[in-house]
Amino acid sequence: MNQTRTWLYKNLFSTPLNSGLTVSILYLLWLMIPPLIDWIFLQATWVGESRADCLPNEGACWAFVHARIDQFLYGLYPVAERWRVNVAFAILFLLFVAFFLSTVRRRWVSALILLPYPLLAWLLFYGGSWGLETVETSQWGGLFLTLVIAGIGITASFPLGILLALGRRSELIVIRSLSIGFIEIIRGVPLISVLFMASVMLPLFLPEGVNFDKLMRALIGITLFQSAYMAEVVRGGLQAIPKGQFEAAESLGLGYWRTMQKIILPQALKLVIPGVVNTFIALFKDTTLVLIIGMFDFLGIVQAATTDPKWLGTAVEGYVFCAAVYWLFCFSMSRYSLRVERKLDRGH
Amino acid sequence: MATKMIEMRGVNKWFDDFHVLKDIDLTVTKGERFVICGPSGSGKSTMIRCINRLEEHQKGQIIVDGIELTDDLKNIEGVRREVGMIFQHFNLFPHLTILENVMLAPTWVRKLPRREAHEKAMYYLDRVKISDQALKFPGQLSGGQQQRVAIARGLCMEPKIMLFDEPTSALDPEMIKEVLDVMTELAEEGMTMICVTHEMGFAKTVADCMIFMDQGKIVECSPPNEFFESPKSERTQQFLGQIL
Repeated sequence: MNQTRTWLYKNLFSTPLNSGLTVSILYLLWLMIPPLIDWIFLQATWVGESRADCLPNEGACWAFVHARIDQFLYGLYPVAERWRVNVAFAILFLLFVAFFLSTVRRRWVSALILLPYPLLAWLLFYGGSWGLETVETSQWGGLFLTLVIAGIGITASFPLGILLALGRRSELIVIRSLSIGFIEIIRGVPLISVLFMASVMLPLFLPEGVNFDKLMRALIGITLFQSAYMAEVVRGGLQAIPKGQFEAAESLGLGYWRTMQKIILPQALKLVIPGVVNTFIALFKDTTLVLIIGMFDFLGIVQAATTDPKWLGTAVEGYVFCAAVYWLFCFSMSRYSLRVERKLDRGH
Repeated sequence: MATKMIEMRGVNKWFDDFHVLKDIDLTVTKGERFVICGPSGSGKSTMIRCINRLEEHQKGQIIVDGIELTDDLKNIEGVRREVGMIFQHFNLFPHLTILENVMLAPTWVRKLPRREAHEKAMYYLDRVKISDQALKFPGQLSGGQQQRVAIARGLCMEPKIMLFDEPTSALDPEMIKEVLDVMTELAEEGMTMICVTHEMGFAKTVADCMIFMDQGKIVECSPPNEFFESPKSERTQQFLGQIL
């Protein structure tokens, strides 16, 4: 009891100004929180056929999300084929679980995730063989599409960014100039214009008859764009490594790539985990921009659903739901990165 | 005739306009131990860093164990494999354990199987009396211990030549001895060594030849008794007067 009082006094009521602030903030919370809880939970409608079913209640119309959830998750992916998406994500989930169990060899699990898994996932998503019906990428959508774009974007832009960062610090002038040129051009252009270029202009330059997938083009655009940012984050880490580390590695006879792989990158990447995760999170949210080249990612499909005449007036619910899901993914990434940072701490 | 391990002929080096090394001539034969001293900025470190090409010389020839140092990366890597180097600030790899620090080069440069590299690493850690710390990280060791690990790391490549660049300058006084003891032992076993240091007691016991450098030149090169008793040049006398 006494402890609580000292704590209260020290943290909330130490001066008249602090007491005043505490009281007014409590008052503000009292004004805001109850109506919010009312809206989200108490007065909300959870199931229904249309907006009309929600009208009797004052709260949120979660019936809208409930009715459309399949579409939010899979977009226009054919209903009969959706199990394929589920299977692919279930396998990925199992792989992740295996990765986090300390008893298995992480190296092997990550190798599985990076090499055979994407092929398997592609086979399941796109189909066209093994008796699976082809599902064109234009039918992919919803959270599924968002995760595909973010997953591929993150896994591809990270190594590419590292290579660009090394290139920028290379002693070979051609490699250095190319890296600097690429990074500076891409960083100086908005992602929207990169996506426009990838989807509208690129086909103009390709020979007739050659045409590759719109999703593929968006993926290349996003990956290249984020790798430029990643490169600069990684370069920051490389520059923080003392010269003595390079010299010690050189004097032992380690070559350039070995030195980078065993000595420099492990230390540099550890230093820049916050920046790297920052870029990952930015990439995750930037995937919503594929909306402007006509792809319906998670946000896109939610937005489209709000214009349904049956559900007019449910935009707020849609966006709140969307925001909550994005936040969940981004926050998980952030927490995981903190864990990795703590694990790699060597106390120096 | 004794084999020449290091031969420097007319070596010159510039940092931009600054002439750091001026016509250096030096021959070290197998098993010889050279100690280099001189005021700071005299080019001592630069000279020994040229021997494993951490610094590039612009004129003259450096031949190490029969391999001439040129732009050829093959030659440079060949030389580095035979030359170990100990730095003033140890330069251990902080993200690896002591054992991993020592095993790294034998594993990836000499391509030894893991078990063999492990055995060898433990053997050399034992020699510098630090094998009980093998699983710690460098950050958990004292300066003297870290420098001994660095020596074990160098030795684990079984080099023919060891270069020491002020190995005790960054250490607290009470840790200097443990490092010098290891170096003395090494010298007594017949390792070819070049050592930049101001530990004159150490120099007197182990050196076959003392070198005094000033302003990028080798001013004096003579056996230790002669060097300390009757230095030829006035500059050497002056310097010894200050540090002894």
